Amino acid sequence: MIADFGYGVLMVAFLAALYSVIAAAYGELNKRPALVESARRAMLLTWPLLTLTAGVLVYLLVNDHYEVQFVYEVTSRSMPLYLKITAWWGGQAGSLLFWSWLMSAFTSLVTLRKWERDREFLPWVIVVGGITMAFFLGMNVFFENPFAKLYQTFDGNISAFTLQPANSILFSPSDGRGLNPLLRHPGMIIHPPMLYLGFVSFVIPYAFAIAALVTGRTDDRWIRITRRWTLWAWLFLSAGLVLGGRWAYDVLGWGGYWGWDPVEIAAFMPWLTGTAFLHSVMIQEKRGMFKHWNMLLIILTYDLVIFGTFLTRSGVLSSVHSFAQSAIGPLFFAFIGITLITSVALIIYRWDMLKSETQMTSMLSREALFLLNNLLFMGILVVCFWGVIYPLISELFTGQKVTVGPPFYERATSPLFAALMLLMGVAPLSAWGHSTVKTLGRAVWKPALGAALVTAVLALTYTQNVIALIGFFLVALVMLVTLYEYGRGALARQRSQGENLFTAFWNLTGRNRRRYGGYIIHLSMMLMAIGILGIELFQVETQGTIAIGDSLELSGYTIKYREVASWDNPDAGVNYTRAVVEVYDRNGNLLGNLHPRKDFYFDSQQPMTIPGQLASLKDEVYVLLIDWEPINQESTTFKIFVNPLVNWLWLGSLLFLVGVITAAWPDKDPERVTVRAGKRMEQTSAAD
Amino acid sequence: MKMNKFVIGGLLVLGAVVFLIWSSTAATSEYFLTIDELKAKDSDVTGRNLRVSGAVIGDTIQYDPQTLTLTFEVAHVPGDPALINDEGGLAEALHQAVLDPTRARLKIVYVGPKPDLLRHEAQAIVTGKLGEDGIFYADELLLKCPTKYEEAVPEQAASN
Repeated sequence: MIADFGYGVLMVAFLAALYSVIAAAYGELNKRPALVESARRAMLLTWPLLTLTAGVLVYLLVNDHYEVQFVYEVTSRSMPLYLKITAWWGGQAGSLLFWSWLMSAFTSLVTLRKWERDREFLPWVIVVGGITMAFFLGMNVFFENPFAKLYQTFDGNISAFTLQPANSILFSPSDGRGLNPLLRHPGMIIHPPMLYLGFVSFVIPYAFAIAALVTGRTDDRWIRITRRWTLWAWLFLSAGLVLGGRWAYDVLGWGGYWGWDPVEIAAFMPWLTGTAFLHSVMIQEKRGMFKHWNMLLIILTYDLVIFGTFLTRSGVLSSVHSFAQSAIGPLFFAFIGITLITSVALIIYRWDMLKSETQMTSMLSREALFLLNNLLFMGILVVCFWGVIYPLISELFTGQKVTVGPPFYERATSPLFAALMLLMGVAPLSAWGHSTVKTLGRAVWKPALGAALVTAVLALTYTQNVIALIGFFLVALVMLVTLYEYGRGALARQRSQGENLFTAFWNLTGRNRRRYGGYIIHLSMMLMAIGILGIELFQVETQGTIAIGDSLELSGYTIKYREVASWDNPDAGVNYTRAVVEVYDRNGNLLGNLHPRKDFYFDSQQPMTIPGQLASLKDEVYVLLIDWEPINQESTTFKIFVNPLVNWLWLGSLLFLVGVITAAWPDKDPERVTVRAGKRMEQTSAAD
Repeated sequence: MKMNKFVIGGLLVLGAVVFLIWSSTAATSEYFLTIDELKAKDSDVTGRNLRVSGAVIGDTIQYDPQTLTLTFEVAHVPGDPALINDEGGLAEALHQAVLDPTRARLKIVYVGPKPDLLRHEAQAIVTGKLGEDGIFYADELLLKCPTKYEEAVPEQAASN
């Protein structure tokens, strides 16, 4: 049977991953290069094998093989083809397979690179990649088999088994349970793969870090090799987080984008350590400092990635407390514990080799500010971690479970985020090695004055909210500093090279893409901050039950109710109810029509509320259809939000993509350019 | 001497983070109670920030779209994961909870759009305060359907 074939191939892939771990380690330790080479080939084999496994699973999903438990649980006949395919990662067993499949693609890519200069890393990268992959594949093989089939035993019970039990017959339901309608949204379809791409690609820098520790080649070579991996990993992880937020904003119907849910926090924590890592590796490259710290950061990121993978896809878990309920929970914790202890033990073993080459002397030097940036990121991480485990701690010590919610996170993290913004404004102006209040002050006062002016104008025209004004001041400061730095470079280039301003901008960015990509990312963060300040501080809402032709008013907008219609779509198994409302501005100009909807999915008996959204840079009018009378259309209830500035958040995330891609775009010949870039940086740091 | 100022600086940041966590925890933490625990404490916890979890009883859901007022009752579900496991998992525990008329029940009032996931046998996690009248006034309403992603076996079959 095709499902059994899929399971067989999965098993072979699992064995291949295990073999590559053992052969690589044994071959390297006993100086047998032929074994290492065979390990490399076994590793290369996992990707085609897992692609075949995944192909079988997708075949079963698309062809309605409901005797397979996983297919039964995540698809139904009424689902369109693309949803049946993407149902691959719609449940736990499938998403674990998806994880392994990505992992095998990345480790294959890595083992295919040119290894001449870094031969000694290869076996250990295979070992780390192989162990990680074997762990996930083992989960699939032993606990979460996506190919398990439903069998009815003689006593009438129906359960899923990998092998047919005695005295049982195959049980084929005529239709599946289908994907929850709330998850049938483009954001929710791309969100998990993005998050997973980010998660999985962080394994590669970790593998190189471990290889560096094992081989004792603890210079910054491992960082240089994995720099682009790290950036891409970070890009995907960030995109995954933003898409998740956008999904919540569009689907969950409370006009918010982030709820500090444990699952969200689990995806956010590796982002925090990853972001700290991206910053602090620059100090190691330039000044030879923070070596222990960088190792620790990438190890933490790796283990938070494993933790996040477990949390984000285990569905029913509502709190830390229920981890242990799942069969695979304890195994995940054991794996995290073992990798963490082993990795930290390696750092201690190589402690002396990781000593800093230079000393930090000045509190305001660039490296000291980078250190502060790292401490702040760690501070936010600790807040998040505390929030997640607090119920456990409180119950342990007081016997009473006490939890914290969004207000805790908002209160505890916002000063830290504000401090990070201040650093973002000041740090690019400070000098490496030595910087004083005087030199820094001379560089900062002009942008600070500009930001103060902007804030004063906003105070007179837009808002008197003190927190908002502090926020806008920081945003203005960072933007002015960043644009000033960018503009100064471009103007200098314009003068010296005789280029026009646009070409100068372009070439400037091209010459030092990491630096200017970083500036674009800082700018994008500020756009996002504007959006967050807007929706967090200025969101207003109203609701009302009105008849056709009546209108509601909110924050200068008039929302006029035009009509409502309801119809069935039997093919999709959905009933749609759609209202038409018109939105007018203060002067009575029509801004547009909105179509808030309420869909009802028959198979799952699940309603789904879809907002009508009118977007502009100033505000977003967000209208929900709450309730309506089928017979008498005289009273329909709407809930309306006006979310000021929120679209800056989405715009910022687009600019963010541009920034990361700028910084991470591959050079023509990565090896050669890396070397040259390294030299150039030494020169510039010497010049600083 | 040189390193001292960095140590002091680091300690200051650490102190600030600890202070933020401590003060925010103190200001915003909520007791997480089962309904039995809530009934036992009753007046002790009236007016405090609370979070309560229970199984939604479908028949009791009432929604007044004019005022967006949602009322429903939830039945006691054990808080201890081991007890939930004994009952055969969360879905089964929720099912048992709504079937059993002897279970303690709590009336919830919430003002806002009716959540799409509110249905019979969903797990409701409500945050808010217990009123003098014994009704729980929720500011936040979180719903989990254990059947959202996966369930071990089809409905017509007994669990193993």
